[in-house]
Amino acid sequence: MSAKEEILGRIRTALADTPVTEEVPREYRTTSTMSQEQLIELLVDRLVDYKAGVDVIEAEQIPDFVASKLKDASSVVYPQGLDARWLSALGSEVELRLDAPGARLSVAELDATSAVVTSSAVSVAESGTIILDGQPDQGRRAISLVPDHHVCIVPVSTIVQLLPEAMPRLSITRPLTWISGPSATSDIELERVEGVHGPRTLDVLMVRGL
Amino acid sequence: MPAGGQGNLFEQEPFPKAAHRELGNTQMRKNLRHATHSIRDKRLKVVGELPDWEALRDAGSTIKNNSMATLEERLLEFEKNFTARGGVVHWARDADEANKIVTDLVRGTGATEVVKVKSMATQEIGLNEHLESEGIDAFETDLAELIVQLGHDKPSHILVPAIHKNRTEVRDIFLKEMPVVDPNLTDEPAKLAEAARAHLRKKFLAAKVAISGANFALADTGTLGVVESEGNGRMCLTLPETLITVMGIEKVLPHWEDIEVFMQLLPRSSTGERMNPYTSLWTGVTEDDGPQNVHIVLLDNGRTRALADRFGRTALNCIRCSACMNVCPVYERTGGHAYGSTYPGPIGAILSPLLTGIEVEENGSLPYASSLCGACYEACPVKINIPEILVHLRGEDVDAKREKHKLPTQMDLLMKGGSWALGKGKNIGLLEKALPLGRLAAGKDKKIKKLPGIAAGWTQSRDIPAPPNKSFRDWWSDEKESK
Ligand code: SF4
Repeated sequence: MSAKEEILGRIRTALADTPVTEEVPREYRTTSTMSQEQLIELLVDRLVDYKAGVDVIEAEQIPDFVASKLKDASSVVYPQGLDARWLSALGSEVELRLDAPGARLSVAELDATSAVVTSSAVSVAESGTIILDGQPDQGRRAISLVPDHHVCIVPVSTIVQLLPEAMPRLSITRPLTWISGPSATSDIELERVEGVHGPRTLDVLMVRGL
Repeated sequence: MPAGGQGNLFEQEPFPKAAHRELGNTQMRKNLRHATHSIRDKRLKVVGELPDWEALRDAGSTIKNNSMATLEERLLEFEKNFTARGGVVHWARDADEANKIVTDLVRGTGATEVVKVKSMATQEIGLNEHLESEGIDAFETDLAELIVQLGHDKPSHILVPAIHKNRTEVRDIFLKEMPVVDPNLTDEPAKLAEAARAHLRKKFLAAKVAISGANFALADTGTLGVVESEGNGRMCLTLPETLITVMGIEKVLPHWEDIEVFMQLLPRSSTGERMNPYTSLWTGVTEDDGPQNVHIVLLDNGRTRALADRFGRTALNCIRCSACMNVCPVYERTGGHAYGSTYPGPIGAILSPLLTGIEVEENGSLPYASSLCGACYEACPVKINIPEILVHLRGEDVDAKREKHKLPTQMDLLMKGGSWALGKGKNIGLLEKALPLGRLAAGKDKKIKKLPGIAAGWTQSRDIPAPPNKSFRDWWSDEKESK
């Protein structure tokens, strides 16, 4: 008998008393009553608590803010679907590296890149969570992981209060990365310290009018 | 009765003996007390922020019960969806079989080393040791696992395996064991984290094969999820060409929306954070993004055995948050090593014997490693009634021993005595009449230092105050009469 057949057989034996299933009580909150301004305020509060950098800006300010966040970077990777205008104020000394299908940066190249700029799919204010789902303006997972500095654009229209509100906006079968602050660990004396293997600096630009 | 699990699921020695030794380690007790207390406070604060916490617990517990009640269908559904998206599903009856499957998969890639994301399942089956014996080096990449691995130690907590070490001890391990390390390394946690980053960076960038566990599998989409903090998980799940996940069959959830419940319950219950820094979800293979060879090993190793126990099966609902050990007065004092098994604390005390079978002599003492105070039940995000299952398993243990010895054991007599005493008010009254006798057993310092027989365990590391002259019941009736 194959392992699969045997395990499934064991499950049938184990459940010989045919336990019943019950309707899942979903009494938890699934809709928000917060205004957009309250959502912004809540998300800012959570991200600051995680030691991320946060600015709330207007759409036309994006190029300047991106440039100021990346003033110390020597090279920046960006995904193909990112609005190229957002990078237009970067100094000429900053090397721009496009990551696109058919023209992928190697892991070594990514490791030698100072920063990455991506957009994001949806953000959950209550838990301070930004979700990337691999669409063209966010790129494949490696680009937002290997460089040490991540500048992430969060359009204000994509902020929700509760996790259940975020779910319908996600395509679950794409590779998802949920980010709640820069890389951190609580492994030493259960104290949260920032900065282990993921990007050690996370700058979030929350953009009104996007 | 389905076969019991093997691997690191056993007490190494009876709990009272191990606990007695561990209690002598005062540094560890201090570290543990500090860590468990700070996390308790954090957990209470972030749980208190959610007005619907109890509703989330109710949903979480029902989802898990349903999943276990329909486990065969759920697993087949998961297999179908994971396979449809390019993943390969393997089934393993026990630890040996799982180890062999993983070894063969690694061999097939030609790699001689692998990077690992922290996983309870691979610890349970002793995968690292097995790979080593087959000439494959496995590198743990989670900071705490790294501390444990470099320190040639064993994990003592499921979430923070090095909780028994303080920062200075961690620094000393790094200085001694890392091939390249700054000799002036201080014990600041941020500096220690940086040393770990430098130590592992090259490994991540060069790794061909990664091995992970999974926090959940979603049946209706074939998706797997890993919850972590440091980014070591993302590195392992994203950069190598081959990803092998080892997961217990109980981790499957029916619907993908169910993660909205568990991702609210889990981080708050485990690290006391509103959300852990990183969560990764992947569904089979995604062209041009991440590993292109994706495998999962679905592990039984005693889970069907636990499922067969209708009073104990809810132990399989555990999401490994560790809240129960952080609030447990017994764990706080003995630490995780005393439990022997990969699963320590209150959940370990029920899960280990359920997986192996209580009649396995080695795990007979675990269900007694509790004061039944109920703190674990209250903290558990999926409402596993640990005290009730402990009592049930104690009963099973007594039955198993009776069967073996064909004689009433001391525990048996104690339990019988207990039910006689508690069965009728008159009986307990009679017993209380004997209280002054207890005073004779106590010495001048009014402490009983040694109880006879099986009860001796109770006095091994504590004294019992001598009983009062008079029982409460006697005192009460005297009071009433004198009014
Ligand atoms: S038994 Fe409950 S509290 Fe303990 S680790 Fe499992 S889910 Fe968490």
